[in-house]
Amino acid sequence: MNVTIVDYQSGNISSVINSFTEAAKGKVKLEVTSDINKIKSSDKIVLPGQGSFKSCADSLNSIDGLVDTLKDFAIMNKKPLLGICVGLQMFADIGFEEAETKGLGWIAGKVSKIDNQNGKFKLPHIGWNEIDIQKESKIFKDIKNKSHMYFVHSYEFVPQDNSVISATTDYSSKIVCAVEKDNLFGTQFHPEKSDKTGLKIIDNFLKL
Amino acid sequence: MLKNRIIPCLDVKNGRVVKGINFIELKDAGDPVEQAKIYSDGGADEICFLDITASNENRETIIDIVRKTAKECFVPLTVGGGVRTIQNITDLLLAGADKVSINTAAVKDINFVKEASKKFGSQCIVVAIDAKKVSENKWEVFTHGGRNKTGIDAVEFAKQVETNGAGEILLTSMDRDGTKSGYDVELLKVITDSTNIPVIASGGVGTLDHLHDGIVKGGASAVLAASIFHYGEFKIKEAKEYLKSKNVSVRL
Repeated sequence: MNVTIVDYQSGNISSVINSFTEAAKGKVKLEVTSDINKIKSSDKIVLPGQGSFKSCADSLNSIDGLVDTLKDFAIMNKKPLLGICVGLQMFADIGFEEAETKGLGWIAGKVSKIDNQNGKFKLPHIGWNEIDIQKESKIFKDIKNKSHMYFVHSYEFVPQDNSVISATTDYSSKIVCAVEKDNLFGTQFHPEKSDKTGLKIIDNFLKL
Repeated sequence: MLKNRIIPCLDVKNGRVVKGINFIELKDAGDPVEQAKIYSDGGADEICFLDITASNENRETIIDIVRKTAKECFVPLTVGGGVRTIQNITDLLLAGADKVSINTAAVKDINFVKEASKKFGSQCIVVAIDAKKVSENKWEVFTHGGRNKTGIDAVEFAKQVETNGAGEILLTSMDRDGTKSGYDVELLKVITDSTNIPVIASGGVGTLDHLHDGIVKGGASAVLAASIFHYGEFKIKEAKEYLKSKNVSVRL
């Protein structure tokens, strides 16, 4: 099986590479690339993302043919794709970080700033928080409800249709922290930084 | 609910772990990669390396340590010490660091914080503030391991680093560092009250109660300690169990 981690200059992806390498343990062929042809021939795709919604959207759009290739892969051919952090946020129609920016529009919804209740909650939301599993998700196999995951973000994905939400976390309000829609998976938290539980989620995705 | 983080810090000099008493007397105690792995397996919420060699010739040593550690530890890794240029940050992140901590370079030029957070995202930019009490309710920023006075007010500087895009503040009391007499809780309180980004408390931990005070009295989001963990006085898990028994929420 070939799994591609999309390298589109979306910030630091070393930890994503390290954790996928660990979880894959040589059984899965990992590629880290933005090469369109390699992406097309993959079985699964990981879309990481750090920095702002705008910077990630701009980076995706700056690589010729990348957005169309990802759309063919995930929407037309319905092959598994996992978005992490801003990678998940990219699924939305629109984001409001830095400037109003269009997302990929794969899952209807918007990405807006977490309401920190006038400074009562510090932002970014950094650290380990519990996840409340909302529905069965293939990537949560053998993951206990209330497991701790590592978060670092100031913006949240607000989908139009609540049925895509697979987990939420509590920080000033219920924040969507994982989604599953058909073959599309996304986590707002960082499985690559969430110790053994995070590695298990990665393993679940690789085993799909 | 968001948990309070416990962060063991490893001071690294020429590739070896050391911990200074008031930054002067250094003891040698081990291999950083092995230590980091022990901490991560023991439940550390993050790992912090502070490179106190930080001369340009030795940059490769810490980068190599980061590279090896990042392949074995799957919790966030912060690296500080001698981070002066965008290239320094790029090198550390490519080696596998998740965050870098900027100290002197931020004091010299606040625009460096702005530039770095713009380029890499606030999530990976920590500004380390070393502060010393100069009079009642007044703290000043120091650099170079507490040797150089800057004349900059610590509270004003903390607000400034937030405005310029830092994701977190690592606040060390230079009066308390290495003394085991506890964090400077007043300093912590004034900084956590005047900023809206998470503050990591550092400098002075000698007992588990000190960790509790940093969080509950000082308002810190995370507590950093070196020697109490490093010399095996307490395990990370003991610290967390203690905090939990005092109703502080931690990841166990």
